[in-house]
Amino acid sequence: MKVLVTAKRVIDPYVKVRVKSDGTGVETANIKMTINPFCEIAVEQAVRMKEAGIVTEIVVVSIGPLQCQETIRTAMAMGADRGILVETAEEVQPLAVAKVLKAIVEKEQPRLVIMGKQAIDDDSNQCGQMLAALLGWPQATHISNVTLNGDSAEITREIDGGLEKLTVKVPAVVTADLRLNEPRYVTLPNIMKAKKKPLENIKPDALGVDIKPRLKTLKVAEPASRSAGVKVADVAELVAKLKNEARVI
Amino acid sequence: MSSYVAPLKDMLFVINELAGLDAVAKLPGCEEVNAELTEAVLTEAAKFAQEVLEPLNRVGDKEGAKLADYKVTSPSGFKAAYKQYCEAGWNALGGLAEFGGQGLPHIVANPVQEMWNSSNMSFSLCPMLTSGVMEALGQHGSAEQLQRYMPQLNSGEWSGTMNLTEPQAGSDLAAIRARAIPEGDHYKISGTKIFITWGEHDMTDNIVHLVLARLPDAPEGVKGISLFVVPKFLINADGSLGARNDLKCISIEHKLGIHASPTCVMQYGDAGGAVGYLVGEANRGLEYMFTMMNHARLAVGLEGVAIAERAYQHALEYAKTRVQGREVGQRGGDRVTIIHHPDVRRMLMHMKSQIEAMRALAYMSAAILDKAKHHTDVAEKRRNQALIDLLIPVVKAWCTEQCVEIASTGVQIHGGMGFVEETGAAQYLRDARITTIYEGTTGIQANDLVGRKVGYEKGATALAVIAEMRKTVAALGSDIAGSFKPLSAAVDALEAATHWIVETFPRNPNAVFAVAVPYLKLFGTVGGGWMMARAAKAVQKKRAQPGADTAFLDAKLATARFYCEHVLPQAAAYQQTVMSGADSVMALAESQF
Repeated sequence: MKVLVTAKRVIDPYVKVRVKSDGTGVETANIKMTINPFCEIAVEQAVRMKEAGIVTEIVVVSIGPLQCQETIRTAMAMGADRGILVETAEEVQPLAVAKVLKAIVEKEQPRLVIMGKQAIDDDSNQCGQMLAALLGWPQATHISNVTLNGDSAEITREIDGGLEKLTVKVPAVVTADLRLNEPRYVTLPNIMKAKKKPLENIKPDALGVDIKPRLKTLKVAEPASRSAGVKVADVAELVAKLKNEARVI
Repeated sequence: MSSYVAPLKDMLFVINELAGLDAVAKLPGCEEVNAELTEAVLTEAAKFAQEVLEPLNRVGDKEGAKLADYKVTSPSGFKAAYKQYCEAGWNALGGLAEFGGQGLPHIVANPVQEMWNSSNMSFSLCPMLTSGVMEALGQHGSAEQLQRYMPQLNSGEWSGTMNLTEPQAGSDLAAIRARAIPEGDHYKISGTKIFITWGEHDMTDNIVHLVLARLPDAPEGVKGISLFVVPKFLINADGSLGARNDLKCISIEHKLGIHASPTCVMQYGDAGGAVGYLVGEANRGLEYMFTMMNHARLAVGLEGVAIAERAYQHALEYAKTRVQGREVGQRGGDRVTIIHHPDVRRMLMHMKSQIEAMRALAYMSAAILDKAKHHTDVAEKRRNQALIDLLIPVVKAWCTEQCVEIASTGVQIHGGMGFVEETGAAQYLRDARITTIYEGTTGIQANDLVGRKVGYEKGATALAVIAEMRKTVAALGSDIAGSFKPLSAAVDALEAATHWIVETFPRNPNAVFAVAVPYLKLFGTVGGGWMMARAAKAVQKKRAQPGADTAFLDAKLATARFYCEHVLPQAAAYQQTVMSGADSVMALAESQF
């Protein structure tokens, strides 16, 4: 069984993100970038399925500038078999990502797509859902467990009230939550091997997909800094403040 | 409390722009190496160092290694981390490909080692010793010995140790007394060895000891010492582990630093003799040890870079968070973090500028070591060998001496809190302290530099390096040449002192040895300035490229300027001491002390 996983290149979570001075976005030039941590979990899941003998081939896809090759190499060092970079220097919004992925899914014919539930840069949490809708496939998002049984998958999802268990028919799109697994450390021999794994580079045009942005970013700004707290004399004052000032109760 | 972040940007800048990765990648056996692979390896190593090794550093310092019933228990978490380290393949980084190693050159392996040492030096000593054993066996072991030990040493399943020192034989190995009596296909080894790093521990199934000992008919002195491989557990014909060999750890030292690394007293032959196998030919043990000396001394120099870097990061974090006082010249207003105070800035810049210079000198040496090993052109190979022989004592002693000073400055930045163990700054100072001592003290390195290196070859290689330094100065663009005026003066000082050494050595070697350490520090200081000038030149080139990382590059330039203004002026003082300070060193009669 073939699995498709996605790997987005994002700012390293340990880097302090700074807004560009002209307010058009955040600073990404010369900043340490890494694979989106939720995508890393998705790759790990695919690799575990391959090690368990359920999956035969793992194809990893990234969309973005040429440097996304590094992200794909990381996924291949973890155990993905080959990579596809859809290269573009343009901003790629969730719907465009879903459309690109749909074109690749139609070409590659995987039985399962595993994605991160969201990317830590824009936190959109939309691509998996949109891709499932475009493909007309079932979706299971925010999963913390998955077991494949022939033509279906047993899923555990993390929801507000606890855990939800459900069964989806494959082919399906699933998106990984934090507790699905703990990604491995890449091994040195696998870094060396990843260099030699095939990595295809295609342009969105070649897939016949229009990735033009539909949303316009007006302004990006730092969140307001937190002001100092106040001491309350008693519970009554606290309740009054929550009611009248914060308006949360 | 800070946590370690590998300085990947600076490491890659030095590897690519100063050490010359491209040239190493063209050498036979290094074809797989390129900038992309190097970055991938360093990025993953950084992750492992930061997430697995760093959190154990404090634990190791507090718990220390423990000895009971001749068995050493490593601190909590070390065994599991070591297993992870081996499973991830890091132990095989530089090992020979035919035994499962990756065979990566020093220029890639050494920056990775810097990360292991920054995050947890005590831990890193275990694999470092193993790689030393692999190097020695790889060069001098028989085919059968290679087959028997190398695969498990490469994988990390077994670790290795070096048994040189005895109570009466420290820097003077000629005084070694351990004995080896021939018996069939092997020897019976007996004697006491001290200061055996990771000589006994619970992280591996077997420990492969390399032991220096004397045969019954061996000549006196250094020409009568042989090298033996003595495993903790004997190995059966099928490769499985057999009987326990007659050797044990009878004590571990209580030390100033590197508490997690067990420093063992090893007793061989209490029950009749430990089974050992001769490596190479009899009576050539010390010579074999010397063939791996450059590698081992470079590794310790890198420990100096590594601990200095870690101490700097720790102090920087404190300086950015500790609020104390107001900005100079401000009467009201908010209190500020201490990084706003000029003297704290000066200390941070002192640390940062020297670390960057040290790193550049160490990595450049790694690349030279690779060229000396792999170059196909005989003349180039020889030139690089002479160069590395000259530079190694400088890198080893200068980087570690500066490291102690830098780690001390790290404590200073913390003020009173730095003197308190809980803050964590003190551990780096304590751990740093060993680096100027083991693998040849600073004094031994300096004697090697002025005697075997500069003195005997009449300064040929040193003067060639000085000529290279002058070329760098001459090639600096007019816009930055002004900032590097102190470098010209410093190179003059080094040249004058070198001529003095060459002239004085044949007629008065005592005078030369009396000022050997100041000469070595002069060499290191000027060599560091040379590296900073080369960095500045690279910055000029890179800054003109589209998408240049201007924040990093401008900081590099400012740091280089600081080095010129604050560190290089010391060169003149060292020169004066070298050229006129020898007499007073030996002026007192012993009874006058």
